[in-house]
Amino acid sequence: MRIHINSVFVDSQVKALDFYTNVLGFVKKHDVPLGGPEGENRWLTVVSPEDPEGAELLLEPSGHPAVAPYREALNNDGIPATQFQVDDVQAEYERLRALGVTFTQEPLTMGPVTTAVLDDTCGNLIQIVNPV
Amino acid sequence: MIGKSQLAYSDPVSDELFKALADPTRRVILDELHERSGQTLFELCARLATRHRLGISRQAVSQHLAALEKADLVRSRREGRYKFHDMNPEPLGLIVERWPGPNPRESDS
Repeated sequence: MRIHINSVFVDSQVKALDFYTNVLGFVKKHDVPLGGPEGENRWLTVVSPEDPEGAELLLEPSGHPAVAPYREALNNDGIPATQFQVDDVQAEYERLRALGVTFTQEPLTMGPVTTAVLDDTCGNLIQIVNPV
Repeated sequence: MIGKSQLAYSDPVSDELFKALADPTRRVILDELHERSGQTLFELCARLATRHRLGISRQAVSQHLAALEKADLVRSRREGRYKFHDMNPEPLGLIVERWPGPNPRESDS
């Protein structure tokens, strides 16, 4: 068994694709129209250009009624929806800040790891972490 | 400045302040907020767990924060979807002014 997909619920798949590719730097892998009430839902995944055959991130529509209260509770306490690994949290923090990204936690070193938490502009917090 | 009326045997402000400070975990929370203000509950929990090996639940940290907020030692603010906590050192002035300052009985005469 392998981990194939991780998912985040996003307010808008169009906006999410822009943020996850143009700002974070992932690349689009799959983009399949799925219909849905507005006829606009897509099976939309991105991957890391450093590992294009690796695990995909599904940018999942957030229309289900359970999503809003779930995310509201997580965001209120500052809890990230998922986590990505970067080579250097401090450098990535500075790069993303320069692109206008908001952080709810600046880089923090805790023993062997450094983490930071950013707002993905699509309703989620994302934690970035250095490899341990 | 503290009037004599505020130095009564028991006053609600002092009671909450001393109660809040009586707990070691709450003092560690103040240390961490003093080091960096504007922390989410998530960051605070991460600091307590990794730096202080305090494996306490998020609910427990929330309750400690509530006690600190009651004593006005911590203030929380909402920015968009997120909630940040700041330390407020002002109430600690009550302690500093109460005992280390000039003796009020002597200065009265």
